[in-house]
Amino acid sequence: MPALAVSSPLQSVPDGRSHEVAPWASAPFDPALAEEARRLIGRLDAGQRLWLSGYLAGSLGAAVAKAAPAAPAQPLVTILYGSHSGNGEQLAKRIGETLSSRGLSFVCLDMLDCRKNHLQEAQHLLVVVSTHGEGEPPDSAKPLYELLHSRKAPRLERVRYSVLALGDSSYAFYCETGRRFDAQLEQLGAQRLHDRVECDVDFQEAAGRWMDTVVESIAREHASSASIESLSPSAALAPASATIATAYTRKNPFQAEVLVNQRLTTRNSTKDVRHIELSIEGSGIHYEPGDALGVVPRNADEDVGAVLERLPFDAEAAVEVGSQPLALREALSQHFDIGLLTRPLLERYGAATQDAELVRLTSAGQEEDLQRYLRGRHLIDLLQDHPPTGLDVAAFAQTLRPLAPRLYSIASSLRATPGEVHLTVSHVAYQSHGRERHGVVSRSLALLTDEGATAPVYLQRNPAFHLPADPNAPILMIGPGTGVAPFRAFLAEREAQGLHGRTWLFFGDRSFWSDFLYQAEWLEWRKSGVLERIDVAFSRDAAQKVYVQQRIRERGREVYDWLENGAHVYVCGDAQAMAPDVERALLELIQEHRAVSAEQAEEYLMQLQRDRRYRKDVY
Amino acid sequence: MQTPPHKDLSRPLDELHPNERLKHESRYLRGTLVQGLADPVTGSISADDTQLTKFFGFYQQDDREVREERRLAHLEPLYQFMVRVRLPGGVCTTAQWLALDAQARATANGTLRLTTRQTFQFHGVLKPNLRKHVQGIVAAGLDTIAACGDVNRNVICTANPLMSPAHAEATETAHRLSAHLMPRTGAYREILLEQPPAELPANEETLYGATYLPRKFKIAIAIPPQNDVDVYAHDLGFIAIVENERIVGYNVLVGGGMGMTHKIATTFPRLGTLVGFCRAEDVTAVAEHTMCIQRDHGDRGDRARARFKYTIEDLGTEWFCSELATRLGKPLEAPRPFHFESSGDRYGWQQGSDGRWHYTLFIENGRVSDTKERTLMSGLREIAAAHDGIFALTTNQNVTIAGVPEAQRPVIDALLHKHRIANEVGSTGLRRNSMACVAFPTCGLAMAESERYLPTLIDRIDVILREAGLEKDAISIRSSGCPNGCSRPYLAEIALVGKAPGKYNLYLGASANGDRLNSLYRENIGEEQILEALRPLFTSFATQRQPAESFGDFVIRSGAVKAMLAGRDFQR
Ligand code: SRM
Ligand SMILES: Cc1cc2nc3c(=O)[nH]c(=O)nc-3n(C[C@H](O)[C@H](O)[C@H](O)COP(=O)(O)OP(=O)(O)OC[C@H]3O[C@@H](n4cnc5c(N)ncnc54)[C@H](O)[C@@H]3O)c2cc1C
Ligand SMILES: Cc1cc2nc3c(=O)[nH]c(=O)nc-3n(C[C@H](O)[C@H](O)[C@H](O)COP(=O)(O)O)c2cc1C
Ligand code: SF4
Repeated sequence: MPALAVSSPLQSVPDGRSHEVAPWASAPFDPALAEEARRLIGRLDAGQRLWLSGYLAGSLGAAVAKAAPAAPAQPLVTILYGSHSGNGEQLAKRIGETLSSRGLSFVCLDMLDCRKNHLQEAQHLLVVVSTHGEGEPPDSAKPLYELLHSRKAPRLERVRYSVLALGDSSYAFYCETGRRFDAQLEQLGAQRLHDRVECDVDFQEAAGRWMDTVVESIAREHASSASIESLSPSAALAPASATIATAYTRKNPFQAEVLVNQRLTTRNSTKDVRHIELSIEGSGIHYEPGDALGVVPRNADEDVGAVLERLPFDAEAAVEVGSQPLALREALSQHFDIGLLTRPLLERYGAATQDAELVRLTSAGQEEDLQRYLRGRHLIDLLQDHPPTGLDVAAFAQTLRPLAPRLYSIASSLRATPGEVHLTVSHVAYQSHGRERHGVVSRSLALLTDEGATAPVYLQRNPAFHLPADPNAPILMIGPGTGVAPFRAFLAEREAQGLHGRTWLFFGDRSFWSDFLYQAEWLEWRKSGVLERIDVAFSRDAAQKVYVQQRIRERGREVYDWLENGAHVYVCGDAQAMAPDVERALLELIQEHRAVSAEQAEEYLMQLQRDRRYRKDVY
Repeated sequence: MQTPPHKDLSRPLDELHPNERLKHESRYLRGTLVQGLADPVTGSISADDTQLTKFFGFYQQDDREVREERRLAHLEPLYQFMVRVRLPGGVCTTAQWLALDAQARATANGTLRLTTRQTFQFHGVLKPNLRKHVQGIVAAGLDTIAACGDVNRNVICTANPLMSPAHAEATETAHRLSAHLMPRTGAYREILLEQPPAELPANEETLYGATYLPRKFKIAIAIPPQNDVDVYAHDLGFIAIVENERIVGYNVLVGGGMGMTHKIATTFPRLGTLVGFCRAEDVTAVAEHTMCIQRDHGDRGDRARARFKYTIEDLGTEWFCSELATRLGKPLEAPRPFHFESSGDRYGWQQGSDGRWHYTLFIENGRVSDTKERTLMSGLREIAAAHDGIFALTTNQNVTIAGVPEAQRPVIDALLHKHRIANEVGSTGLRRNSMACVAFPTCGLAMAESERYLPTLIDRIDVILREAGLEKDAISIRSSGCPNGCSRPYLAEIALVGKAPGKYNLYLGASANGDRLNSLYRENIGEEQILEALRPLFTSFATQRQPAESFGDFVIRSGAVKAMLAGRDFQR
């Protein structure tokens, strides 16, 4: 949890973690369905369970229980401060004390810890913010300031607010940040509770007066409405999110607007890894952490153009794609992979053109030469080395392979960031055979920067990589490079749900200084306890290369203890080297600390897999 | 004025500033530094430990240039450390210079920074290199203990011990005071040097106790007529009284300091008050007792008012003198006459009393690095290698190549010219009397540029100076990126103190010899307004000045600003 001081003198706030006592073994339906229902219910918080039970009771014709215990109430007042040198923070704390003394519940939040949902759920919002630099928000207020001024800003019609602006009248932009917050909150539909008050360097008195007035008016209002403020259970869960299925597919993708396209690696990094946030507002897409997002590819115009230049066909000539005629240019853009060559393609192409060299390469016993030829070569290289002489456009098209969609692990949680999908995309770019090459989709995502730009996406569910059904089971996450993406989703989800199970992340990349993906977030989560442990390995910072598997070995004893204590192991990322190396490290440590044979260690890991406690999502 | 209730050492911890508890519970500064250094997930150490490591001479900072960029990239700030050497009197051997130069290139950002307290700073030391860096300094026979923190800081002294026997004696005294007032905790040795624990009493700090001082404590020694150290600007100032080439004793100044907070009138720069004279043999005792008076009576509730200058301001010099007399067993004697000429350095070749020569080299803002125009760092490296003697750092961020035999002078001259670093004949007196604090990109407290900006601002001021025919006048100008005043700006004839990016307060009217503060002339102005403000003043100074009148005196006589007679009026 962020630094969140919740004080609720009126009623105690339940921790959202009631325990399951349902006698599933004797449930009146088949075990598979029972398991599914149990897991679904496991994911709901107290309020949602309450709603669901009411809903079910209602749908069975029974009356909704009248005397249901109150669901967790939002605190009456949300105090939000953005402070650099502490004046604002000190005032915020004072407001809290005043509210307490009046018996009013509140939450006091540093703007740095404020999420969209804190705002949406706020009833009375008291904002204390200073101005720094030349009329700029304090650093800690910048993320929120940007959120409110971005396309992702929430609507705040239900919020009543007032702003206390701190500043210094000798600056040109006096209390500028407070003014802007005030104006922007109004813009977003929030209702002013009291006019903004601006305080100069001697802020105490003016601030005190503002505080007394707003607290008084909230108290008065609260006293008159307290009696009708009982909770309606249906408010706890928006019905739309209950539906899971979505109509969008790779054939019929959703055009998701890009909200953020931010490079995660520094300028001097050897890699370009992007954090991309897409809007799925209105799509009905409802994903779970562990799911992936499919992106429908389209080859770059310049690459298609280059291929067409090497072809003796008219770009507008019709070719058949899935029994539909389509112009060659369009077919090459959308339907055919014009990138890396494969053995089957070479076989088909060789057979069609009767090119002697290709026939030789694809015949038996030529594996080594074939691989050498395939490495790093794209269709364009083939066309240059072996032009499609004697082929018509249809025959040529038949040698090509279809362009497959690309998947990206979702790096966000709907609970934490409703209406958004975050991806962690490594821009594939390399040189081979004298040409600059780019990954089709990773490049198009990296270039997705214009306002309003969209990407065609669909949800690829991946239940095998979902969080454990038992919300308190320990999880051990191994995700170097972009493999860390789903674990960001896991932790965001667990934080949003307020779960307290143990968590341990292994991360690695090239350099600590430039490639530590989401470093700031892991540190925050470590501080708040959402992430219990994190171990890192950076391969290019020291003379000696180190990778995650080495860290796992070094922590062998503890890793084994986690396994013995029911941990679920998740591995995500590189399939070629990393995943097998990690598996070897796991086998070794099991063998050592269990004092068993290699075969027994394998059996142990196998059993983990069967129990769905060892899960991999590697690519 | 109502004096605030004093929160001194007699009060329980929880009535005091949180740092007091932190120090108290740190097990003599050990804190959790060992764990922090071993944590590979962050380039930082814990916030509490950053307070403690200051006592060991290093400061956690971050490169503010990339702070925003990294924040957007979900990365923590680019944490790095500033490391400061303890160098009493500013003296190092040329061999030590070479070692520090190599260390700067191995484990820091490749530059050296000479400070206003005549020592070295390194910037950009990354956490994984920190121990190696400190150990490198220690291997050169130096250390970093107490270069920062709530302790007695680097003891400064009029530069160059080889100048005269009195200079040698004063420098020796600086060493003695520094050693005597050094913290004794074994933490430095155990944690940073990774040596086995030393044998220490359970109370490791017999002088300081577990909570050390309420705030930093600074001592300076000046040898008149030079006031290069700005002897009035420190908690404790000693003015050497020289008879027949020997120091017979020192006039004692108490309660000086520079730092303040903009617009908070209860904070202000203050000049030390002359309270008497002590004999040379008593100087260590006077220093220790004065520091301990501050230890026992300084304000531990409010760090903004925890310096000795506020203790003196609030409790009075009379109280101090009697307290000191009690502890010392005798009162101070009446102060002796003395006279200061200037607070600047004497540039170029000077001959010492033993006939050897000393070349004081102007180093703009103390930054030793190579640029396209001049290879200062390489040049000094080559000179250090050629000269088997000492380099004496000055409190004006310059260096004196000291103890050069007559015959060796051409060699040094040739190297200075080879690297294009000799004091430029063409540069104005203003530039040679300029100082800027570090500020961006490393200083976490900077509100405006300083070191990176002053040189270009002076380029423009030089134009109007030349128009007025004042290019030879040694007018002092100092800039600080914030009101803490690390370049001692409130003692400059012209001072710029940062308020926000590109915006400064302009102060005028300090004396040329460092015995009068300046006064606020213009608030929160940018470059064009600075130039506009100075132009008419230069013109009238050039035409209306009296013989030998300094610019600082002139602006007062001509009524541009009022003379600042007491620090407490500075922000009123
Ligand atoms: C390097 C140096 C300036 C320079 O350009 O040379 C310097 C640099 C810093 N000073 Fe200073 N001070 C330096 C001499 C001074 C002086 C001048 C002097 O001592 O003669 C002063 C004014 C005299 C005084 O102490 O009143 C000075 C008054 C301060 C203050 C204000 C203290 C106060 O009582 O108000 C701070 C802030 C603080 O301590 O909270 C500060 C703090 C700092 C810090 C460490 C910033 C911080 O606390 O985070 C700066 C590091 C910047 C960086 O990136 O390197 N520095 N600082 C000087 C190093 C001296 C040394 O070797 O020990
Ligand atoms: C379940 C799953 C989850 C995934 N999650 C993520 C994720 O979170 N983040 C992410 O970035 N990717 C992820 N991927 C990979 C992603 O789907 C794409 O494969 C990747 O982005 C490349 O697609 P592209 O269209 O940009 O490149 P393509 O046009 O497909 O080109 C990529 C191909 O180029 C070749 N290549 C790459 N570098 C070189 C080189 N130096 N020399 C020669 N050949 C080279 C490789 O064969 C590579 O397969 C995931 C994949 C799967 C299956
Ligand atoms: C570097 C700096 C820049 C500032 N810039 C402005 C400004 O542009 N406008 C303004 O009204 N106040 C400005 N201020 C004044 C602060 O807003 C004021 O001191 C306030 O009380 C700080 O509150 P906080 O401690 O909660 O951050 C500035 C202060 C600093 C230190
Ligand atoms: S004066 Fe301020 S900005 Fe300059 S170095 Fe000192 S603390 Fe930093």
